[in-house]
Amino acid sequence: MADLSTNFAGIRCPNPFWLASGPPTNSGEQVMRAFDAGWGGAVWKTIGEPIVNTSSRYASVDWNGHRMMGFSNIELISDRPIETNLREIAEVKKRYPKHAVIASLMVESKREAWHEIVKRAEDAGSDGLELNFGCPHGMSERGMGSAVGQVPDYTCMITEWAKEAARTPVLVKLTPNVTDIRVVARAAKRGGADGLSAINTINSITGIDLDTFTPRPNVGGLSAHGGYCGPAVKPIALHLVQQIAADAEVGIPISGIGGVATWREAAEFMLLGCTSVQVCTAAMHYGYRIVEDMIDGLSNWMDEKEFATVEDFRGLTLAKITEWKNLDLNYRILARINREKCIGCDLCYIACWDGAHQCIHLDGHAKPAEVEAASRARIAVTPIAKLDAPGETSGGTPTARVPRVDEAECVGCNLCWLVCPVPGCITMERVDTELPRESWEERTAAGGR
Amino acid sequence: MNATALPIPENLERFPELHRALDAQAAIAEANRCLFCFDAPCTAACPTHIEVPRFIKKIATGNLRGAAKTILDANVLGLSCSRVCPVDVLCEGTCVMSRYNKKPVEIGRLQRYAMDHYYAGGARISEARARGSGRVACIGGGPASLACAAELRRNGYAVTVFDNRPLPGGLNTYGVAEYKLRPSDSLREIEMIRGMGVEFRQAAVGAEISLEEMEREFDFIFAGVGLGAIERLGIPGEDLGGVIDALRFIARYKTSGDLAVGRRVIVIGGGNTAIDAANAARRLGAEEVHVFYRRGELEMPAFDSEYDHSKVEGVRFHWLAQPVEIVGRDGRAVAVKFAMTRLGEPDATGRRWPEAIAGSEFEQPCEMVIPALGQSRVTEILRSRGIELKGGLIVVERASGRTSNPKYYAGGDCVNGGREVVDAVADGKRAARAIIASMKPEAMRG
Ligand SMILES: Cc1cc2nc3c(=O)[nH]c(=O)nc-3n(C[C@H](O)[C@H](O)[C@H](O)COP(=O)(O)OP(=O)(O)OC[C@H]3O[C@@H](n4cnc5c(N)ncnc54)[C@H](O)[C@@H]3O)c2cc1C
Ligand SMILES: Cc1cc2nc3c(=O)[nH]c(=O)nc-3n(C[C@H](O)[C@H](O)[C@H](O)COP(=O)(O)O)c2cc1C
Ligand code: SF4
Ligand code: SF4
Ligand code: SF4
Repeated sequence: MADLSTNFAGIRCPNPFWLASGPPTNSGEQVMRAFDAGWGGAVWKTIGEPIVNTSSRYASVDWNGHRMMGFSNIELISDRPIETNLREIAEVKKRYPKHAVIASLMVESKREAWHEIVKRAEDAGSDGLELNFGCPHGMSERGMGSAVGQVPDYTCMITEWAKEAARTPVLVKLTPNVTDIRVVARAAKRGGADGLSAINTINSITGIDLDTFTPRPNVGGLSAHGGYCGPAVKPIALHLVQQIAADAEVGIPISGIGGVATWREAAEFMLLGCTSVQVCTAAMHYGYRIVEDMIDGLSNWMDEKEFATVEDFRGLTLAKITEWKNLDLNYRILARINREKCIGCDLCYIACWDGAHQCIHLDGHAKPAEVEAASRARIAVTPIAKLDAPGETSGGTPTARVPRVDEAECVGCNLCWLVCPVPGCITMERVDTELPRESWEERTAAGGR
Repeated sequence: MNATALPIPENLERFPELHRALDAQAAIAEANRCLFCFDAPCTAACPTHIEVPRFIKKIATGNLRGAAKTILDANVLGLSCSRVCPVDVLCEGTCVMSRYNKKPVEIGRLQRYAMDHYYAGGARISEARARGSGRVACIGGGPASLACAAELRRNGYAVTVFDNRPLPGGLNTYGVAEYKLRPSDSLREIEMIRGMGVEFRQAAVGAEISLEEMEREFDFIFAGVGLGAIERLGIPGEDLGGVIDALRFIARYKTSGDLAVGRRVIVIGGGNTAIDAANAARRLGAEEVHVFYRRGELEMPAFDSEYDHSKVEGVRFHWLAQPVEIVGRDGRAVAVKFAMTRLGEPDATGRRWPEAIAGSEFEQPCEMVIPALGQSRVTEILRSRGIELKGGLIVVERASGRTSNPKYYAGGDCVNGGREVVDAVADGKRAARAIIASMKPEAMRG
């Protein structure tokens, strides 16, 4: 079995799966249950001067009957006294010495305040510190969280303050709510950060109640913007992680966050260079038990791919991301439909007609409207069992419903392949253009377009 | 007859329904399974061409009013169809999901969900789209006439429906098994159509009002007279007490509370009507219900789904036996004498005819006998108006429903020999459109 043990800037733990700072890491009792379930580490719910939360704090985006594809919150940091949190950290560390406990911290932007909280957290026994410069709501109005993380100079300065007092590794948690995340990441590095956590939640208005006209979550008839996370944010998080992972000036370990729910997303973040991943929404949705398949699935995948340790595949994908100008303009693919597998939904047909290049055809018809008109004009009757010839019900897909790709016109955009509900039914196949590789950069340098 | 005072006997809500309603969460999850096919095969397979993916997506977006309107635009009897259609040989039978190795989308139940919402909300239907001038009479108040009348009315024409029974609706009210469609639901649809401005009159056309009179009063006449009573068995003992044909039996149990079934019931026939009667007998308390069919299991004309369901109800099936006599004592049936049969070679139509086997007779004791053979024809009155009939069915031009007398159109069971409610609706709608097309030029001239 693959070795999942992880070393993040000196923080050691049995696997790369950490709970992100949030409700699942609010108390010692919870974190111990999470470790029992199999989590390798936990970033404690952000510790600072206790706050008061609003009632109704969360909202979600449901999609096609699936709950919480996107999740949003207007919750602040821990509402429990600092001493309580620290006492519980000490207890957890005593009982779970091999698991990583990272204290997430947020205090006033004063040097002494940071020195003091760093010392207290380390005295309690935490294995590392995460500076929360990312919280995008509420705390930012008080000059903390993303109010720090959006200004590179503040980020650098406060990281320096923390580092002045710290003996354990310091991670800086980045906000995605900036124009160029690399600038802030570099500032954290300059301030001495040992690692980065990315991303915190994204500024959002989740949705509006069409009866009350109030956005969700509704707090006594009003709402405020919240932080967006969950499955919906993964592509954005992956991109931001790639940006800092590929940046030559940054060069410190990254803990990947944003939409991780299974081992698959975890593997994706790690392929882009992350050393660990953090999970919040998925654990809130289904509980700590999801980590079982994260561990099992990742190690099975690693065995299959013959990766002995997590370091063997970390960052492999970074070399496969380039700028558009370097892509090969002579690379050609086109769509092929496997007639055997086609179920005749004709979604590829209408997608190519209305959303691509009008090169998928249903034989005998010129345009979509003609196809529909022909079937509406047909007289259909209920078959009388055993007396009438069997209808469409019995056999395979009627040939008239299986579309055909005009290969000369297909531009290989992928749309039909993406809409086809049947795996392996449409394949995008390589065609040899017999032309050498040529990128836009090369082409323009040679005087072409 | 006063519309609001329709008598709805209490016993009508007696049995649990066959296809129960979906709750809101289940409906949305089911709606989201639909792929939203282009030129959807389910729409093509529906005789009324309901835009299935369109209404299903509206359910998914919470636009239930729009979903109901989409259904009603194509099929004004969307409520009864959602409950009585044999969906596995219609829309659901063609759903691409079955080729994807999955259960077809539950189109029937989703349609019911939208229709229930619509009727619960007061069944508001939009006003006539256009002002047509012209008067049309529909003979018979079953699904075919109702659909024809509604389509004409929506286009602004004046329509009167003549039915010879106390309640309109034809077999929707009196025939279809009650655990599929309750008479109260059939009557709700009729109320909606009445609300559109269609006039209903109780009269036996041909007896109480002549066709000549009608021709004077109306520009066009649509015949949706359906089929008649169950054919007689033609064997001794048929008029004994305890013998009641399937249609009378079903009509009785659906509309009055005084029907007692025997402990042992014999149903004779192998069609959907036989099965409905057998199920009803079970549900009314018969301990043993035996269906006897003169051919084999494979030849039985009932839908597989109906047959399977009936076995679950506890009905027992016997093949290759034909009745030769109903045995009576003191004027009441006490047994049926059957002869075993064997199937001959297929004839020109491909059907294998049963032949009685000499000396194979046996008696099956019972307290009640329900013959459920085919239905007779009631089209004779039309012959005098020069309307061509064939085997008692009205001959029409398929796409328009026009008969050999251009003043007359026809559709439903009296044309197709007995199919389903949705076929009658489709026929009625097509005929209405053809009538409108032939009236329009006149209206413009006038
Ligand atoms: C027992 C049974 C169960 C069925 N179950 C189903 C089912 O589950 N699903 C399904 O889709 N279909 C079912 N059907 C079939 C369905 O009921 C019919 O196909 C449909 O009702 C046909 O409609 P119609 O308008 O042509 O005729 P009908 O519904 O028969 O209506 C004709 C009406 O015209 C009246 N009439 C006749 N002559 C005259 C006259 N001279 N003057 C005035 N009125 C007249 C009749 O009294 C009747 O009310 C069932 C049928 C039966 C018999
Ligand atoms: C309810 C809630 C509370 C959170 N509180 C904190 C917090 O106190 N400190 C912090 O650094 N991040 C906090 N986060 C952000 C998460 O740690 C994490 O960065 C974010 O949710 C993205 O990960 P996910 O997609 O797995 O949820 C919170 C998130 C949620 C949903
Ligand atoms: S790849 Fe794009 S252009 Fe080609 S057939 Fe598919 S949708 Fe049309
Ligand atoms: S999308 Fe796929 S299954 Fe549907 S018609 Fe096209 S090829 Fe066939
Ligand atoms: S065939 Fe099935 S999946 Fe396709 S539109 Fe109809 S119900 Fe939906």
